[in-house]
Amino acid sequence: MSGRATLPRLLAGTVGRPARLPEHHERFGALPATPGLLDELEAAGLTGRGGAAFPTARKAAVVRSQRGHGKILVVNAMEGEPAAHKDRTLLATNPHLVLDGAVALARAIGAARVAVAVARDEQATVSVVRRALAERTDRTVAFALHTPPWRYVAGEESALVHWLNDHESLPQYRPRRPTILRIGHAPVLVDNAETCAHVALIARHGAAWFRGLGTAASPGSTLVSVTGAIARPTVLEMALGTPLRSVLRAAGADPEPAAVLLGGYGGSWLGAAHLDVPLAHESLAPLGAALGAGVIVALPAGACGVRETLRVARWMAHESARQCGPCAFGLPALAEDLHVLARSTPGAPAALERLGRRATSIEGRGACRHPDGVVRMVRSALDVFAAHVDEHQRGAPCAARAQRPVIAVPALEPEEDLAWE
Amino acid sequence: MGVRSRADAFVLLVNPVQCDGYGHCAELAPDLVHLDEWGYPILGAEPRPVRDHEALHSARLAVRGCPRQALRIERRAAPERPARAGRRTE
Repeated sequence: MSGRATLPRLLAGTVGRPARLPEHHERFGALPATPGLLDELEAAGLTGRGGAAFPTARKAAVVRSQRGHGKILVVNAMEGEPAAHKDRTLLATNPHLVLDGAVALARAIGAARVAVAVARDEQATVSVVRRALAERTDRTVAFALHTPPWRYVAGEESALVHWLNDHESLPQYRPRRPTILRIGHAPVLVDNAETCAHVALIARHGAAWFRGLGTAASPGSTLVSVTGAIARPTVLEMALGTPLRSVLRAAGADPEPAAVLLGGYGGSWLGAAHLDVPLAHESLAPLGAALGAGVIVALPAGACGVRETLRVARWMAHESARQCGPCAFGLPALAEDLHVLARSTPGAPAALERLGRRATSIEGRGACRHPDGVVRMVRSALDVFAAHVDEHQRGAPCAARAQRPVIAVPALEPEEDLAWE
Repeated sequence: MGVRSRADAFVLLVNPVQCDGYGHCAELAPDLVHLDEWGYPILGAEPRPVRDHEALHSARLAVRGCPRQALRIERRAAPERPARAGRRTE
C-alpha cells in the first residue's frame, strides 16, 4: 500500500493527456473488490466535490437501503460553474479513475448501471469519456454516456435526473431531504466526477491513506479551478486546509488580489483580510463561505467589485430555470438594483436599500438553491466591497470604469434560444 | 432527553414550481401568507399550533382555493422548547 501523503493523487500523470486503460492500471493498479466500501468512505470522511460537500457514504447508504430494481449510479460531470474546469481536467487526465470510482460505488449500492453525464457543449470531454468507456472491460456494470446541453442548473442533481428522465434540465421540488431521485422507478445515486475519483483511490488505499492529507474535519485532497488575476486558468490539486494565498501562489495567480470569489458564482466573496484562510470547511464556515465546486476567482487590485458582482448576478438571473417566481423575477430585480448602483446614479442609495430587502425576501424560496446562491454572493459583495459600494452610492466616479471586466460570464443568449432539452 | 411532543402543530407549505402567483392564498389566509412584490406567497416558517382553529381553518381554505394546487398543510411536532413562560424539559 502506498502510504505517502503526497500530491498529486487525482492528477497523477500528464495533465491534459488522458491515460489509456493499460497506463491507468500501471499508474494506479487494478480496482480491488471492496466489500466494505461505504464504511471505508465514512471512515475517510469523503464529502461530495460537486458543491454541497455532503458526506458521500451517507448519501450512498440512503440509495443502498432502497429495494427498487435496476438502481443507477450517475456520474455528474456537467460542471455548470463557468469558472470551473476541474472535472474536465480530471477526465482529460485520468478518466478511468472516475469510472473505477463509479464501478465501486455502483457495486456498493447494488446498481448494475452507470450513467456518465457530460455537457454536450464540451465536445473534447465527451470524446475522452467515449473513448475511455470503449476501453472498459467491466463485467458487472453497464455504462452509458449522456450529453445534456450545458446550463448552469443542468448539473444540479435533481435537474440532471429530470433530464435523464424527460430531457428537461429543470430542478425538482424536494420538500423533504433526503429524497430518493429516480429514473423511471429506479433509485438513483448522483455523484460528482471528482468524488468518484476519490472513491477509486480510497477503494485502493483505504481511509487512513486518504486522511494522510487535509485536516481532521476536512480530510483528503481536492481540485480547485483558479481563474481571474492569473495568466492562464489553472486546475490544482491541493490538500484541504491549504491557505487560500498558498493556492493562489501555487497556481501562478496574483497572491495579493483585491478579493476572491470562492466556491462558484453562487459562492462568497472573500476580502483581502481573509486571503490566508485555510481552505477547509471548518475554517470557511465561520466566514459564511464554502469551497463549493472548488472555484477560485482572483479579482485583481483596481477592479470594481460592484460591476463584477453585477455581471455575475445578471448572468445567474439569466440562468434561472424560471420555474419559481422568487427566482424568475427576484434575480433579475437584484441584477437591476446592482446595475443602478454600479452606474453611481442618484437612484443608487434607493437601489442599495431595495437590494438588501429583495435579497431577504428571495432567500429560501426556490425549488433548488440557485436563488440562495445568488443572494449569498450578492450579500458577501456588499460586505467585502462595502467601502467601494459606498463610493458608488454617493455618486463618486468609479476608477475602474474604463477597465475591462475580469470575471468570465458566457454570452447571454436570447431567452427563446435557451436550450433545456 | 426531552419529552417528545405529538404532531400538534402545522405549517403551510408551497411548491414554488407549481405556484404561478395567483395570490388567492393571501386573500384566504392573510394571517399566514403575504405576497412578495411579484405576487408570490411568502409563508411563515414557524409551525402554528393545531389548537389555533382559525389559523388552521384559513390554511385549509388556502389549500382548497389555490388554482394551481400548490399548497399543502404539513403536520409538525410542536417546537420542543415551550413558548415563552414554559419550563424546559431537559
